[in-house]
Amino acid sequence: MTYLQPENLEDALSWMASNQPLVMAGCTDIYPLHSSPALAGPLLDITRIAELRGLEKQSGWRRIGAATSWGDILAADLPASYEALKQAAREIGSVQIQTSATIGGNLCTASPAADSVPCLLTLDAEVELARAGQRRRMPLAEFLTGPRQTALASDELLVAIWISEAAEQGHSAFVKLGARRYLVISIAMVAARLAVEKGQIAAAAIAVGSCAPVAVRLAQLEAALLGQPLAEAARIVAANKAAITASLAPIDDVRASADYRLEAAAEMVARAVVQAGQEASHE
Amino acid sequence: MSEDRQLEFSVNGKQVATAAPPSMRLSELLRERLNLRATKVGCNAGDCGACTVLLDGRPACACLVPAGQLAGRSVETADGLSGPDGPLTRLQASFLAHGAAQCGICTPGMLMAAVALLRDNPAPDWAETEEALGGVLCRCTGYTKIIEAVMAAGAPVQDQKMPQAGAAVGAALERLDGRPKVDGTEQFGADGWPDGALLVRAVRAPYFHAGFEFGDLPDWQARHPFIEAIVTADDIKGVNAFGVIPPFADQPALAEKTARFRGEAVALLVGEAEPLAMLDLQDFPISWHEQPVMLTPQEAQQPAAPMLHGGRADNLLVTGRVKHGDLETGFAAAAQKASLTMSTSYVEHAPIEPEAGAAWLEDGVLVIKACTQAPVMDQEDTAKILGLELDKVRIIPAATGGGFGTKLDVSLQPLLGLAVLKTGKPCRMVYTRQESMTSTTKRHPASMTATLAADGQGKLTAMEFEGSFNTGAYASWGPTVATRVPIHASGPYRVPHYLAEAHAVHTNGPVAGAFRGFGVPQATIIQEMLMDRLAEACRMDRLDFRRQNALRDGEKTVCGQQLEAAGIAECLEALAPHWQAAAKSVEAFNASQPDKKRGIGVASCWYGCGNTALPNPSTIRLGITADGHLRLHQGATDIGQGSNTVITQICADALGMPVSLFELIGPDTALTPDCGKTSASRQTVITGKAAELAGRQLRADILRLGNMDASAEISLAEGKLVIKDGQTSRQIDLSAMPENEFGYVLMAEESFDPPTGALDADGQGVPYAVFGYGAQMAEIEVDLRLGTVRVVHIHAAHDLGRVINPMLATGQIEGGIAQGLGLALMEEFIPGRTENLHDYLIPSSGDMPQITTHLVEKPDPIGPMGAKGLGEHVLIPTAPAILNAIRHACGAEITQLPALPHRVLAAIKKAEKGAAA
Repeated sequence: MTYLQPENLEDALSWMASNQPLVMAGCTDIYPLHSSPALAGPLLDITRIAELRGLEKQSGWRRIGAATSWGDILAADLPASYEALKQAAREIGSVQIQTSATIGGNLCTASPAADSVPCLLTLDAEVELARAGQRRRMPLAEFLTGPRQTALASDELLVAIWISEAAEQGHSAFVKLGARRYLVISIAMVAARLAVEKGQIAAAAIAVGSCAPVAVRLAQLEAALLGQPLAEAARIVAANKAAITASLAPIDDVRASADYRLEAAAEMVARAVVQAGQEASHE
Repeated sequence: MSEDRQLEFSVNGKQVATAAPPSMRLSELLRERLNLRATKVGCNAGDCGACTVLLDGRPACACLVPAGQLAGRSVETADGLSGPDGPLTRLQASFLAHGAAQCGICTPGMLMAAVALLRDNPAPDWAETEEALGGVLCRCTGYTKIIEAVMAAGAPVQDQKMPQAGAAVGAALERLDGRPKVDGTEQFGADGWPDGALLVRAVRAPYFHAGFEFGDLPDWQARHPFIEAIVTADDIKGVNAFGVIPPFADQPALAEKTARFRGEAVALLVGEAEPLAMLDLQDFPISWHEQPVMLTPQEAQQPAAPMLHGGRADNLLVTGRVKHGDLETGFAAAAQKASLTMSTSYVEHAPIEPEAGAAWLEDGVLVIKACTQAPVMDQEDTAKILGLELDKVRIIPAATGGGFGTKLDVSLQPLLGLAVLKTGKPCRMVYTRQESMTSTTKRHPASMTATLAADGQGKLTAMEFEGSFNTGAYASWGPTVATRVPIHASGPYRVPHYLAEAHAVHTNGPVAGAFRGFGVPQATIIQEMLMDRLAEACRMDRLDFRRQNALRDGEKTVCGQQLEAAGIAECLEALAPHWQAAAKSVEAFNASQPDKKRGIGVASCWYGCGNTALPNPSTIRLGITADGHLRLHQGATDIGQGSNTVITQICADALGMPVSLFELIGPDTALTPDCGKTSASRQTVITGKAAELAGRQLRADILRLGNMDASAEISLAEGKLVIKDGQTSRQIDLSAMPENEFGYVLMAEESFDPPTGALDADGQGVPYAVFGYGAQMAEIEVDLRLGTVRVVHIHAAHDLGRVINPMLATGQIEGGIAQGLGLALMEEFIPGRTENLHDYLIPSSGDMPQITTHLVEKPDPIGPMGAKGLGEHVLIPTAPAILNAIRHACGAEITQLPALPHRVLAAIKKAEKGAAA
């Protein structure tokens, strides 16, 4: 079986086209699906491709290589609007998982319970996909098409996540709910990013995960919050409870009931908004 | 498997050049190719952290790292800390000194996670340590001692002073078998095998109930030349029915024609390790025919339900019953009554070590070295299945990485035996986590209804209990659960009129067996929840209500047994000041918090040590060799609970020699007399008593030999026995004495079987010689909007009769509380759905409360030096104390366990509605 470990993205892409290998990076979602001591191929390990690793700023955008580990993201110097993403990174599995697991892997696995997704949605993240001789970009919300489903074509690689400076305003908070403290799959989680100017909400982005096939931005609530005094935020969230639950479509599973998720999500939205607002108003 | 590739990287500071498939897991590369086996594999999925290594200094799960990513990088493993002979690092020494390693299977992973933390932060606080260890699961310790050990690792550890002769009992001695657990050399079931051992893999049923037929096995085998043998039930020469209670033995080692539960083994593949481990079993030639499935006792007891085992009508395995006094009289005398119906879930033991072992032939004897809690029972069951004489099977327990009851029944022992007998070659087998979770035993799910009544003065007058316990597809310990529950369901309280029945019912669910408490934890939950309701109805303080009803010395239990040394009142007494203080602080907290409420709850436990009204002797041999070695043949399996240490401490003081002189032999069915199974909280009491008797006997023999008084001091020096009494001193030249058949010049062998009496049809009699007692109070915090529960503090008061080793005792208590907390709040095994450690949750380091232990000593007249059992008692009160605290905090009545957030929130809403109505 073949195990390819190219240092060059173009080599990887040409091999993708011809062999349709299993793509490996942090491997934290791959090995758990197997009980064998090694994997059958063909396998493409993308961790040696320099342009897939690390964070950098490029003309008004921040680029995060898809194979950047959560440990590296936690160690990076990032604006306050990334606080939710960092809080989520600390909740992804354990310290051990964060050493290996990558941001791109979390997106490509596309679990409805992926902790990073609500945070990236509130940062209006875009994803960059590549196939041999071709690149395309799309909003993360379009990339995630369903539970464990993405827009990625079989010969395509996720190479980077892009966040615009415009989306980096303000402060963010992440609220996670699980049945134990560490190493736990979320029952529900919420990310909220608020920018506050003179006590008024100047930007609001809020997303809920684990409560629908794909994490959901709460556009109606965001619109309701925009331009309002921060002090009113909790009241506005409460008034929009019906709109919040209408945006969600949770399921019953071993972790919780659907009804509970709706109830909890509304409460967690309120907490995340208040927390982000407090941080934002401390500026 | 991808082809081997040359890899160069560093391991523990040394450059390594090796060939390996680049997609091989690092854990596999370390263990199988580099023979570095300190790194343990608990789940192969990143869920348990046992395989934590440092990769370029950062903690990573070795099971998730492909070998291909190692080039040029540095790997550090627990093998490299001290090595087998070097001085321990401060961290390792601190682990020993704090009792942070119990079974030791998570220890290498914990150590590596701690090494990474301490490099960044040499003096971490509690929260930082808890977070850094959050990715490594421990099932034994409750994490407290591990966190303490890591926080203390900055300071040098004083070398332990071994106690003088006569001062061992009561000393907080480090575990005598601790060093290999912290230096990475401990040999668990998966860590050792003879050269050339073949691998054994099982083919298992994917359905809950299905008939099956094999296809063309010889043809399939011929297409897989690395497979040396396929074993099916046709290869079984003995009786294909095992079981811990011989009259109920019903479980085949390999199913014949029908599999009665998902995960049941139907065939074995034996072959060359690497290709067999890689083989996808999808195309194994077997056809399945699904049959009707019954997963609950309700389904299994429908009139039309098929019978799983001939002769067990209504799928009823057995009913246990205790009747005392007259219920009607008791209820007629009552001023208050409370009733409840509730249910609990399957609970998985989740030892971090999946079942593992190796077997080989040695001079015509089949030797099996595997994880176990019961070597002699393994020997008996395996010999029976294989059709071998008992003396042709030898069981050497490997270090056992947690058991909690699940490693009492045989698992892979007969399978290894079948493979060795068919191939004539040494074999090894390691269960995957999923295999372990599906095929081994669980705690019985219980559906229970009970009514408790009290008179106008708050004295209990009557209790009625009926419980249905889902015992799964085979008998295992179902009869024991059905027997123990009615005896204990009254709690340690005076209940003059009593009727309790427990039914063990077969289903197609996983086999339910022994799990720390044999059904008593489930029954205690309903009993203690009723105690709270009655106390309220009687307008009494909940702790006072329990104290008033606590059984006292000379009073009779619901079995009519007169108690001596009943320590329950003393345990409740020990909690009283903390109860009163917490009641005030909780009230103050709640007054200021609209969305969070705190509450306190209390629950008691009692538990009979040893088999119920049945013989269960232990035998201890103690000898001195001609060259002056003192050897203790200790057959009680130490699965982390500490019997190697505790039994030696007892024996040392009985003999009057220091612990430091003792050499431990065994357990090994060829070398140690039978000390029975490590279950029923019996080893300290029963094996400990045998050790006390053997120690006293040997002392008496020595004194007689020297013609000295009982007060004389005895010791060993340079191959001579030295006896001193005041000014008189005698030396006895051991080398001049004749050796006996065991190679000893002086030897004592003593047995102890606790004096119990048979129970009549109403369960009246003397089921146990010794009981242990305890009470715990929990302070918890409920998030009223999310239904989440955080346990803030648990006070645990346990009557041990005599504390043999306070460090090991508190370790048992903290670990039991962790399991009780899991039972109460998160553990729910759903067959077919939670067969891994991310869907099935056990508590992590961040879920544990502060724990304060109160060791109570009310000496038992029978137990060794007054000691009582503790191992199971410790988890019994935790769940009901937490559930009572939840109700106290917010009124939520939890009637289905575990109290997951959605159930708690629903109960809060129901309570709010009730209050408003």
